[in-house]
Amino acid sequence: MGEALLDLDQKLIDRARQAARHITSDIHQHITANTTTAIERTVARLFGVDGVDEDDVPLPNVVVENIHKDGGLKRGAAFWLANAVHYFGYDVQEVAEAVARGSVDLCKVPVKDAAEARRIAQDLARKAVERIDAARAKREEYVARLGMGREPYLYVIVATGNIEEDVVQATAAVRQGADIIAVIRHTGQSLLDYVPYHATSGGFGGTYATQENFRIMRRALDETAEDIGRYPRLVNYASGLCMPEIAAMGALERLDMMLNDAMYGILFRDINMKRTFVDQSFSRMINAYAGIVINTGEDNYLTTDDPVEAAHTVLASQFINEQFALRAGLPMKQIGLGHVFAIYPEVEDGLLYSLAQAQMTREIFPEAPLKYMPPTKHITGNIFKSYAEHVMYNLVSVATGQGIQLLGMLTEAIHTPFLHDRYLAIDNAKYVFNFARHLGDEVMYRKDGRVQGWAAQILTKATAMLEEIEKIGLMTALERGLFANVKRPKEGGKGADGVVAKGPDYFNPFPDLMLPPELREPQGGEGR
Amino acid sequence: MMKPEDVRPYGDTANDGAVQLSFTLPLPPGDLAMEAAKVIARRIGLEEPSVVHSQDLTNGFTFFIVYGKVPFGVDVTRLEVPKFQVESMDFEEINAFVRDKIGRKLVVVGASTGTDAHTLGLDAIMNMKGYAGKYGLERYPEFVAVNLGSQVPNEVLVAKAIELGADAILVSQTVTQKNIHVRNLTELVELLEAEGLRDRVILVCGGPRITHELAIELGYDAGFGPGTLPPMVASYIAQEVVKRGLFSRKASPEAGKKWEGRE
Repeated sequence: MGEALLDLDQKLIDRARQAARHITSDIHQHITANTTTAIERTVARLFGVDGVDEDDVPLPNVVVENIHKDGGLKRGAAFWLANAVHYFGYDVQEVAEAVARGSVDLCKVPVKDAAEARRIAQDLARKAVERIDAARAKREEYVARLGMGREPYLYVIVATGNIEEDVVQATAAVRQGADIIAVIRHTGQSLLDYVPYHATSGGFGGTYATQENFRIMRRALDETAEDIGRYPRLVNYASGLCMPEIAAMGALERLDMMLNDAMYGILFRDINMKRTFVDQSFSRMINAYAGIVINTGEDNYLTTDDPVEAAHTVLASQFINEQFALRAGLPMKQIGLGHVFAIYPEVEDGLLYSLAQAQMTREIFPEAPLKYMPPTKHITGNIFKSYAEHVMYNLVSVATGQGIQLLGMLTEAIHTPFLHDRYLAIDNAKYVFNFARHLGDEVMYRKDGRVQGWAAQILTKATAMLEEIEKIGLMTALERGLFANVKRPKEGGKGADGVVAKGPDYFNPFPDLMLPPELREPQGGEGR
Repeated sequence: MMKPEDVRPYGDTANDGAVQLSFTLPLPPGDLAMEAAKVIARRIGLEEPSVVHSQDLTNGFTFFIVYGKVPFGVDVTRLEVPKFQVESMDFEEINAFVRDKIGRKLVVVGASTGTDAHTLGLDAIMNMKGYAGKYGLERYPEFVAVNLGSQVPNEVLVAKAIELGADAILVSQTVTQKNIHVRNLTELVELLEAEGLRDRVILVCGGPRITHELAIELGYDAGFGPGTLPPMVASYIAQEVVKRGLFSRKASPEAGKKWEGRE
């Protein structure tokens, strides 16, 4: 499968990658200069702050708002929490509860010994990292003992709104052959600037991502794993306004994958770009450290834009997502770049274009576990036609070595999947993958034929687009609507008020513990 | 021979009444589940139910594919179907119609309301590019189309409609789990009535589970389901404005301005 079938111009690939590297380096200066309320809440969470106050406000929010109101976030929540731990001799949860009661204002707690406070923070961080290490080791033990199925992995979604019912459907799907279970989130959760608490049963369009819900599903999948002798992977969404917090919850509760795109929230949820760029970096650092595979969301470009005309925007964005991910410490094997089988069924030779793009993506990102998405935009209530399209989709995937196959549901346009919709999707994919298993090893594409020609054209256009963005900068590119035909102002969108410039004494112990040494940035003098 | 007073499903022979259905029962596979499936088919009213396939879905569930025969016909001469009367026009005709009959631009505000994050359907109708080769309303020179995007609270949509002096409001609803769309759609009607606006705008909803019948029932003027293309919506709005004499009203000066609020 690794063989080059498309005769792509390596010089163009190098140019595109180089441009993407420059584009993201430019943004990286903004990333290192700022923190966000979400990142500081993540620090509090990882330190062990959990639970809610009497108004159901999560304590990480309570703590961070308490620091923010006094302008203390520029020094980092880690410092203030550890300082209070030192001063009062409480543990960190007791500090948070005291803040919630209104008896402690963190920035007003006297600083007796800043160096000691930082040492305490480092200890708390080390304990968090040890919990993540344990989760990672446990996953590795499962995978070594039980294995994980065979690529392309069959990825299905549950979305009942009730975690207990999700469990019934998810474990059934796993027993039927699914390798990956995604619990779709409650519609609109991405716009909440906090993570709900407790197990939940009342979501619409999906189930709230809460730490308890993560735990419940993980436990059920682990039990099923032992039964069937295969380790199913669990997915959620480290996206939206709580990107890094959800990454931390997933790292602690041993999720295996996270949807975690550098620009999705900006484009499709109207979240402020300055906020998102900082958040994605921190969340990806956590995912990288926890061994979690990220999935990027380029498929969405082609549900809002034309799948043929805008094909190159997907590739351009993949290059950008790749560079952001590498910069946050993710190795290629954890970067599940997204794309989609989106071409309208009426397009003559649509199968050839689809093969070209899928194979091209495979060859340009040879080590990435590519996340392939099914058609959705033009799927109708004709479930029989949908099922036929999914055969084609599965065929392209197995012929081009995709890694993660989000299965199309024949009732896509009608309702959240019925139990048997999911079964039929799994059955379809298993049939096609088996029946055409080594197709990719046996075919060659005609030199300068339709498939090679289409791939070359996409690569050329994507390179030009990246070199244009390199000139104007990514933020300006987003303002001008270069991706998905969506324009976003730099200062607009939700969550802008959660971006805080780091002070000279900003302190956050996690990057030094989680990033590979070559990616660590010096923190402010006092912080070292 | 098909008789309009006695129309039955057609399988391979006239009037054989043949239908197919599939469903899952929360029973493990076996004779008991099979019998339960047949009883369900019979109680639905199917004659000669035949379970042609059953499949273990694990966790105590079984999937069935069943064929049977409908033992009755429908008298279509006595059916009444609510339908809106719209003459279908193309892009040029619609713009000419608005210029000639109305003499000012029509203002249309659209949104996916509530927590619904899906904009596929709304974008297909409103965005410049449109869908399936048909331009969206933004491209129509005689329309001012304002797409507010997704997750718009009903209150915001109503406020925007007032601000712009909208002739028509388009609401898209994709998430239909537990009938949340019905709740969202009803709430909008109530808000418009409270503002005294309901009779002054054309209120249209659309989405994969929306039918014209449902729309009427919820107090909308029209509902558009799957497969709707932008000119169908544009034709309807233009003709309905004329029919209801809404065109004498002047558009709000705000509406002419370039729309900057979205994206």
